[in-house]
Order: sequence, then C-alpha cells, then structure tokens
Amino acid sequence: MSLDNPWDQAVLALRLLAIDPGLGGITVRARSGPVRDAFVASLTLLDGNLIKLHPAMTDDVLHGGLDLSATLAAGHLIKKQGLLQDICPLLLTMAERCPPGFAARVAAHLDAGGGPLIALDEGAEPDEAAPTALTERIAFHIDLSDISHGQAQPPKGKTPAPYPVTHSPAQLAQIVTVAAQCGIDSLRAPSFALRAAQAHAILHRRKAINDDDITVACTLTFAHRATQLPEAEQPAQEPESKPNTGEKSQNTDLKIPDEILLDAIRAMLPDDLLDRIAAAKARGGKGSGTGATRKGNRRGRPLPSRAGRKGDDARIDLVATLRAAAPWQTIRRRDTGRDGLQIRASDIRTKRFEERSDRLLIFAVDASGSAALARLAEAKGAVELLLAQAYARRDHVALVSFRGIDAEVLLPPTRSLVQTKRRLASLPGGGGTPLAAGLQTALEQALHAGRRGLTPTICILTDGRANIARDGTADRIQAAKDAQDMARTIRANGIDALVIDTGNRPADALKSLSQTLKAPYLPLPRADANRLSAAVTHALGD
Amino acid sequence: MTHPFPFSAIVGQEEMKQAMILTAIDPSIGGVLVFGDRGTGKSTAVRALAALLPPIRAVKGCPVNSEKPGLVPEWAGLGSKRTAERPTPVVDLPLGATEDRVTGALDIEKALAHGEKAFEPGLLARANRGYLYIDEVNLLEDHIVDLLLDVAQSGENVVEREGLSIRHPARFVLVGSGNPEEGELRPQLLDRFGLSVEVTSPKDIDTRIEVIKRRDAFENDNAAFMLRWQAEDAAIRDRILKARKALKRLKTPEQTLRDVAELCLALGSDGLRGELTLLKAARAHAAYRNDTALTRGHVRAAAPMALRHRLRRDPLDEAGSGTRVTRVVEDVLG
Repeated sequence: MSLDNPWDQAVLALRLLAIDPGLGGITVRARSGPVRDAFVASLTLLDGNLIKLHPAMTDDVLHGGLDLSATLAAGHLIKKQGLLQDICPLLLTMAERCPPGFAARVAAHLDAGGGPLIALDEGAEPDEAAPTALTERIAFHIDLSDISHGQAQPPKGKTPAPYPVTHSPAQLAQIVTVAAQCGIDSLRAPSFALRAAQAHAILHRRKAINDDDITVACTLTFAHRATQLPEAEQPAQEPESKPNTGEKSQNTDLKIPDEILLDAIRAMLPDDLLDRIAAAKARGGKGSGTGATRKGNRRGRPLPSRAGRKGDDARIDLVATLRAAAPWQTIRRRDTGRDGLQIRASDIRTKRFEERSDRLLIFAVDASGSAALARLAEAKGAVELLLAQAYARRDHVALVSFRGIDAEVLLPPTRSLVQTKRRLASLPGGGGTPLAAGLQTALEQALHAGRRGLTPTICILTDGRANIARDGTADRIQAAKDAQDMARTIRANGIDALVIDTGNRPADALKSLSQTLKAPYLPLPRADANRLSAAVTHALGD
Repeated sequence: MTHPFPFSAIVGQEEMKQAMILTAIDPSIGGVLVFGDRGTGKSTAVRALAALLPPIRAVKGCPVNSEKPGLVPEWAGLGSKRTAERPTPVVDLPLGATEDRVTGALDIEKALAHGEKAFEPGLLARANRGYLYIDEVNLLEDHIVDLLLDVAQSGENVVEREGLSIRHPARFVLVGSGNPEEGELRPQLLDRFGLSVEVTSPKDIDTRIEVIKRRDAFENDNAAFMLRWQAEDAAIRDRILKARKALKRLKTPEQTLRDVAELCLALGSDGLRGELTLLKAARAHAAYRNDTALTRGHVRAAAPMALRHRLRRDPLDEAGSGTRVTRVVEDVLG
C-alpha cells in the first residue's frame, strides 16, 4: 500500500488499530470539514460503540457517581455510569484544548486498557497541539489538513481477526535502532512500532513480520515523534538500485539496510519539523494550546465545587449544596421532628472557576551609573507610559531594579498604578551594572507569579554594559557570560521577554542577549516615549 | 490483564527499584517520589510493587486492616476476631477523586434507607498499613494535597460532621509519580516524600532492545513470562523479609551519624527531616545487603535519593540536583 497520501495512512492506521487496540489510537490533525467528517465516518472500522469526549467534561461525567434523583426515588443507592467505565473507542474533540488534568485522567484510562482513543486536533499553530500525555500513549499521528474531499474515499473490505505473529531478534533490534536514530527517547515508540508491524503482518495474512511491515510500522509511528533528522550518511551513491535490494530480500533475518527505513521515515517527516522542535524546546516542552490557568470563584470554566464556609465572598453552588444535604434528610427529620428541607452549614458548597490568567509585566530597570548618566529619566518615562497601558488592560506589574552589586524587588506584582509610579520616581541611579542579578531577580518573580497563576513577561530596560558578575565581583567578561546564562535559563523556563536598549548607541551584547532570550530587541528611540510604548505594545502582540 | 508487569523484569532503572525496596523494608522512611520523562516505566514499577510486597496479617473484614482485634475501630461494627493474611494494600488515588472518596463519608445507602448515621470508609482507610499511589501527583487538586499532607503527618484520618465523628489510623507509604514538564510540585509536598528518584530513558541500544523484548513477551507469551519472573519477584520478597529482621540488629556507629549531619549541613537542606530520612534509608540499604554495621558506603549510596528534593533550587544549575548531591558527597565523605 502506498503511504504517500495521508488519507491512505489514516485508513491503514485505523485498520491496524482495529486489529490491535493496544496501539492506543490516532491523533488526527484537521480542521472541522468534510474530510474530517469522512474520517469520523470511517471509525466504524473499530469495534464497539464510539463514545465522544470533550475537554470540558467534569469528573462525574467521566467516572460516574451518585445518581441523586434516582437514589432518592428508589430509596437505595443508584450509581450513574461514567463515560470511561466501559472499554470502547473514544473520540476526543478539540484535543488541543485539553487541560493537563483532563489529559491525565484519559491517559490513566488508556493505561488501564481502555480505548483506543481518536484525538481530533484542530490546532491552527504548530505549538497548539494535543497534550503530550495523550499523544505519547497513542501510536499514530495523521495530518489530514491538506487533503481534498475527493481523496477521502471511504474504506472498503473487512479487517482480519488477530493471531500471533513472529519476529526475529534482528528485526526487533532494527526497530529500536531506528527509533534511537530519530532521537526518540520514550520506549513506548519502539514498542508501538513492533505492535504495528505485527498488526500489519496480520492485515496481509502473514505468519511472520517482513521488511515491508517494519517499514510501514516505523514510518507511521516514528515520523511525528522524531526529534532529530535521521542522518543521511552517504548521500546515496546509486539511488536507483538501493531500494530494490531492500525490498527483494526474502530472508527475514537479513536486515533491510537502515538507510532505506530512514529514507522512508524522512519522506514522512513534516516540513516544519525543525521549527516545531525549536518551538517545543523554547516552550520548555509544554506542548499544549491551553494557557496558564488560575482558580477563582467568580468567572471562567466551572470546576468541581467544594465545601466552603459561610461568610466567604464565594458564590454558593445551590445544586451541589442540595446534593450534599440530600442524604442527611431522613436522619435530620428523625432528629428534629420537623418536616421539609433541612440544610446545615456543613452542606454549603461554593462555586469555583478556572480562568485564563492575567498577564504580569515585570520591569527590570537598569539604574546603574552608566544608564543613569545616559537615559534613566527617559526609561522611566517609557515605563510610565507602559504602566498606563497595563492599567487599561488590567495587567499586573512588578518592578525590579538593579544597580551597584545587587538587584532588588521595588514592587511585588500589583495593579496599583500610583504606587508603581511613586516607586519608579524615587528610583535613584548610580553604581555598577549587575545585569545577571537583575535578570535572576526578575526570573524569580516570574516563576513565583507563574505558580500563582499569572502569565509573566519580563521587560528589560538596560544599556547592556554588564560589569558585575553574579558573585558581586567587578569582572566584565564574567558578567556578560553570567547574563547570557541567566537569559538561557529564562528562555528554558518558557518566559516571554522583551529587551529595550537604553544606551546612547545600540549595544551588540544586548542584541545577542535578546537572541538568547528569543525576545524582541528595541533600541529606545530618542526622547520619544510614545514611540517606545507603541513599539512595546506591538512586540507584546496586542 | 490480571497480573501487572513483574517488578524484577523491569530493565535498568536501578535507583527507582532500589528506592521502592528500601521503603518496603522500612515504611517509616516515608514514601517515594518518581519524577521523569514519559515512557520510562514509572507507573509500571509502582503497579509492579504490589506483587512484591510481603503479605500482612490483619483482622478479617476490617476496613482499616487492623493488626489486632483490639485495634478495630468501633464504627466498623465488626464481630469477627479472626485474623487472616492479606496482600499489602496498594491503593490508587485517581486524580478525579473527591474529598469524600478520599477521607470517607456518610454511607448514603444506609442514611437514605434506614436513616442511620454510618460511616463509609474512603481510600485513606483502605491504604492503612499499605501504600497510597498517586500517578501525576503534580496535577492533583490543591485541597486534596493539603488533606493528604495533614493525614500523612498525623497518621490519623479525622472526619467530623454533625455527630458523625470518626477517626481511624491512616499510616501509609505515599508513592507519587509525575512528569516535571506538566507542572511543579509544591515544596511542602516534595519534602513529605522520603525518597525521590529521577528516571530517564535508557540511552543504550541493547538495554532498549531488552525492554521492548520483555514487553512483547509479557503481552504475547504471558504465562511463560510470568512463571519465569514471579520466581525472581519471590526472591526479592524473601530478601526484603530478611532485611526487616536484620534492620533491628544493625549497629549505627557514632561516626556515621556525624557524616550524615555534616552532609546535610553542607547541602543546606532545610530542617532535620533530611538527616532522619538519610539515616533510615542508609540503614535499610545496609540491611538489604545483609551487612552488620552501617558504613560510609551505605550513606553514599542512599544520599542522592534521600536528599535531592530537599535542596534549594539554583536556577543556573542545569545538571540537576542529583549531581549536586553527588558532588557534595564527594567533598564531605571523600
């Protein structure tokens, strides 16, 4: 079967999945449309009733729980069935919006032998993708976004029943080696490849795995997991003859040259692989399309309510409160001798919500002698303008300054504009430039804020002439190196940044710093705070 | 699948296996935290642990696995006084568990049908004298984490509600696993785990081939595979039982205590919990090796897993805290 066409891959993957549900499932990347509909219609190849899941589903929908109305009516305990109770194919829509908690629940279900899972990923950007906790447990990934409706022909024919298939140690070794060459760390991948090869052999009614099975299986399971391009050792001296020698080899112990296998996988690699790797690395491997979240009790996506005290400013979840009170009614009626609904303080449940988090702008302002002499006043003006905008957007701001040998937090995250302005105005200048210390303090603030549910962005205003190292010694070279190291750490933590050069002339050191940070670099325009603030707004993306 | 993957058949990951065996020898070490990449066998190892643990004697039908009839809580309403062997409980705490399910709550059936106030024990009761396992522990809801901390600290679960006043022992070994990429664990909870191990995928091709081979054999030739490895599991179980006895006879020289204290000081780990855990882990390690006295070698072997999660974070150190501990151990113990 040819694997050039993603639709054929999708159908093949479905057939393999029908033979061996232990392959976990398929992630399908496609926008909603006729092609995706055709794919969903083909899911009839799988055994069992399809159950649809949605990332916003709550625990009692997934795992079931007490069916209160039925229990009250019947007078004995009646449980509601959860969606994840039975073992049947699952269809997860909007997989790219999956919060980690939901993904972990579904993953636990897959680990317990549930599934297979078909995850529909509608991500538009490369870094918007289904959570890795799920894709890790799923063998296949198919991208159907470039398929025309005409190509999506419904599959025909039946899938054979499974039976044991043998393989040779050399074949196993080959699968593992290829996985390693593609830079795949997880051992689930080669395990899936072996199972896929076995299923493919069954599909072609073979008793043992042959080279074709291995090629197809590796291609389908490794291409999307690859984190490095398999090396092309010798750029094929006789490109015509090589594939033939591979396919013709009858003896299963005679390995197909790894070359050919790798070529097959290379052909399947997405074009933007390198970009995607960079993106994943830059984001610290957090490959999910959902933003940082925080819990509150006012707005956002509802979370399970929990016991609360009266007098909290939280809203009462009436239904949950009634449910909590219901089982006690018989007992309370007996105790008090009163009829009617009896609710006690301990029944009160309060609402909780999860919302997309607020942004925090951390200003790391260089107040050293060099900067003070140059343009500290202008920098202050620029920050004040940014503050006004931050206020309008209801962003939080924090202020870190560095001078002398150390950095200090002038103002922890706040929304108070007045306070920020006052602190900023009273910021004195002078001393050395401990850039690394400033970055470190900003990073600490950012990490702390991230844990509290804010989304931090670090805005660095400096002339880049770092001359104090992290240990407080005046050593220009060490100071520059420390600043670079700190910048790398900020990047590794996936924190966005912005570098504003307040020097008289643009500093090269600062440009390379902003490259390390993968942050926009802006030389402070002369005496025009308005233009700076426009530039910052643009760089921040809204 | 009826049986989990056998513990002894797990290839490599020696530190993780060692940590789990140490807590089986001395449960007071206080749990294991396993952090690492995906597909490295974290969950497999924990699920396999259950088959490895020696059985306990408990009163028949007791909801909290009491050792003697006198210890059975009153609310259980148990008439039986007979004890029986049962496997050490390993209880899974699913991420979606509600507070009621964890601590136990009013027995709804009895309340509705008979108007009786009865207590339905939760997961904490079932885990008493055994293990409580949380997969993806870093994603657990905050209020459940607080609750677990409280119970793990006091060894007792207290449920107070309108005349329903229940307390029962809840002493368990907390085992958590997770992937650090999906979120950090709060330092308060980190400190509560006795040992912490970091797992990575094996880099060596032959090891990786062996992993896949055993997995394939487990799935396709289950009976023969289980027969082969259950014997190995039994051998480890015997060694654990022997080590438990040996632990009582083990001598701890003054010098070792000094070593442990110096090590913790040099690392700047907060509080004394680090020292205690390191000492216990080193003793369990010595007992497992059937040695008669505690030496520096044992301390050295146990130090990384007992201390790595108690260090203050250094944002610039990319080597990881395990390496830092090893470095300091070299410095202090020579």
